[in-house]
Amino acid sequence: MVLALDAAAQRAGLRVGMPAAKAQALRDAEPAADAEALDRLALWALQRYAPVAAADAPDGLVIDTTGTAHLHGGEDALVKGMVDQLAASGVAARAAIADSWGAAHAFARYVARPTLVVPAGDSVKAVLDLPIASLRLPKNMVEELRVLGFERIAELAAKPRAPLALRFGPELGRRLDQAMGCLSEPINPVRPSALIEVRRVFAEPIGAPETIARTTGKLVAQLCEMLEAKGLGARRLDLLFHRVDNRIEAIRIGTALPVRDVKRLTRLLCDKIETVDPGFGIEIMRLAATLAEPLAPKQTISSLTEEPEADVSSLIDTLANRVGEQRLYRFAPVASDVPERSVQRIAPAAPNIGEAWQDHWPRPARLLPTPEPIETVALLPDHPPVSFIWRGVRRRVKCADGPERVFGEWWKRDVELIAVRDYFRIEDEAGERFWIYRAGDGEDAATGTHRWFLHGIFG
Amino acid sequence: MRTSAGLPIVEELRERIQRLEGAATRRRLVLPFGIKEIDRHLPGGGLALGALHEVAGGGNGAIDGAAAALFTAGIAARARGKVLWCITRPDLFAPAFAQAGLLPGRVIYVEAGEAVLACFEEGLRHGGLGAVVAEVARLSMTASRRLQLAAESSGAIGIAIRRWRRQTEATDFGQPTASVTRWRVSALPATPLPIPGVGRARWQLELIRCRAGESADFEVEACDAKGRLALPSGLVHGPGQKEIGRRRAAR
Repeated sequence: MVLALDAAAQRAGLRVGMPAAKAQALRDAEPAADAEALDRLALWALQRYAPVAAADAPDGLVIDTTGTAHLHGGEDALVKGMVDQLAASGVAARAAIADSWGAAHAFARYVARPTLVVPAGDSVKAVLDLPIASLRLPKNMVEELRVLGFERIAELAAKPRAPLALRFGPELGRRLDQAMGCLSEPINPVRPSALIEVRRVFAEPIGAPETIARTTGKLVAQLCEMLEAKGLGARRLDLLFHRVDNRIEAIRIGTALPVRDVKRLTRLLCDKIETVDPGFGIEIMRLAATLAEPLAPKQTISSLTEEPEADVSSLIDTLANRVGEQRLYRFAPVASDVPERSVQRIAPAAPNIGEAWQDHWPRPARLLPTPEPIETVALLPDHPPVSFIWRGVRRRVKCADGPERVFGEWWKRDVELIAVRDYFRIEDEAGERFWIYRAGDGEDAATGTHRWFLHGIFG
Repeated sequence: MRTSAGLPIVEELRERIQRLEGAATRRRLVLPFGIKEIDRHLPGGGLALGALHEVAGGGNGAIDGAAAALFTAGIAARARGKVLWCITRPDLFAPAFAQAGLLPGRVIYVEAGEAVLACFEEGLRHGGLGAVVAEVARLSMTASRRLQLAAESSGAIGIAIRRWRRQTEATDFGQPTASVTRWRVSALPATPLPIPGVGRARWQLELIRCRAGESADFEVEACDAKGRLALPSGLVHGPGQKEIGRRRAAR
């Protein structure tokens, strides 16, 4: 019987409550093609999000985001961005981050929210409220449990295990433990066939950071040789540590431009070794260039007159891997008179957009994130205030420049059609200079509320 | 300074101290302000490259750091090469820096948050940058020594803009650090104009500490479009000089 439909299914003529056989007759299911598509999606997640990703058949992906969330601006931004990206390519998805595979699997399917991030450590408590159907148990077992009166996981978890195991077998206890996170569940990461990868298997498990660093150096050297033979440079490197207890720890680094420099890549990887927990020891180390781009040898331009511009891309990579790519940027001018829209952030290695801002009016060194309302004594329509109160301090205005009128951008939002801001640059008696504006032109109430705001501080 | 500069024994002692500091092997490069009154107070005739400097705002400037940022932007604009700017609060406005001569194509910003000192040091060690700037609230002796050593190794000019959350925390600026110079920039009433309006901004520039030099106060006009400061024209041969002369005459 059909229980739920997405938009595509509705278009195909399916209805809720329709028998499954009839639905299948309308549209042939293609399990093989679905599995293939899911694998492709897993590869996409591998390149884009985390070094350990796999298809969670039949309808999901599982991704180990440990240590990679900061590259996307935190876990919230990571799942939101992922769901948005999928939606843009026509896949309706829900995502959840939790402490274990079992818990995340349950939250993504049984909590009706597009994205959910369960804080670390809270998964066990949160998972208790979910229905038993979320435990990844066979359908008939769920039915039988329902007959016995079990509805939520909490009720099941409170019961002694032995009688349950006797009746339902070990599967029930295993799934329960996996959802609670007390039983580890290794993810077998998907590997593309043409992946450039080197590995090293240890006779004795290793654990000391120095040993890991030394091995990393050797692996990077091998990988760079392979990359050179293919004329490629690494954009993203994954270092996977297979631990003796069957878990996989991973490090991921990204670079702004393709790189094949052994020293630089080793340094980037070694910066992250402290985040790896070797547990009882590491058996296998695998280094893979998940994302590689063509990197051809380039002739350096030599000039007798000019000094070459120093290459800062290595610094950009180091900092981006430390604080995250989004938090490293340059500003570029935008042709807009509205101050907060006149700057845009571009990638540090991006080419320059325009020389600088064209306007010659002085601009403040600090622009408040949101303009702060101030109380003023001012003559309308075009005089600066005589005095104003900002953050509880009254200041008398000694001299002022203005108004500089900024019109709303009607092509962006309809409400800005006649909106106006009048900016003044004022100086108080102590010599501090501020940038204030009045919303509205001082005559017509339709242009703004005629309230005053402080927007910036000049040095 | 003027009295001791000529004595050969003092010169010799200075040389010996420099050799002890380990900087004697290469001549110290400096970035002059281009204003004689300020440059003669600084050893070498300018801000030392490959060294750590501290800049703070006075009064409310300790919290907003607007004048301090602009003063720093002026220095960075006159330095060569790219600039790394580590920020803790995203409220700086790049057009103002462009107006002080620091074009947006030259500056890479990093929102460092907690890791601001690590990013600052990383930038100083890299060697390909002209100047590295960071907004720092607390700066311990150990941290500042690390930064100073990093700056010495690469030759980049390191500037820590001291910026605090509360006015009471600004007393931290009295704690000793390993920086070479320490400045305080506070806003003064702008140069008066014959017409209504706000003239060119003026700053009270205090050189609070200077290694191998003496502290001094200046009243300057804020950065122009090339990042250069200027002395107010009324002051160069004006009241300040006259008063010194009068005091001498009275003695």
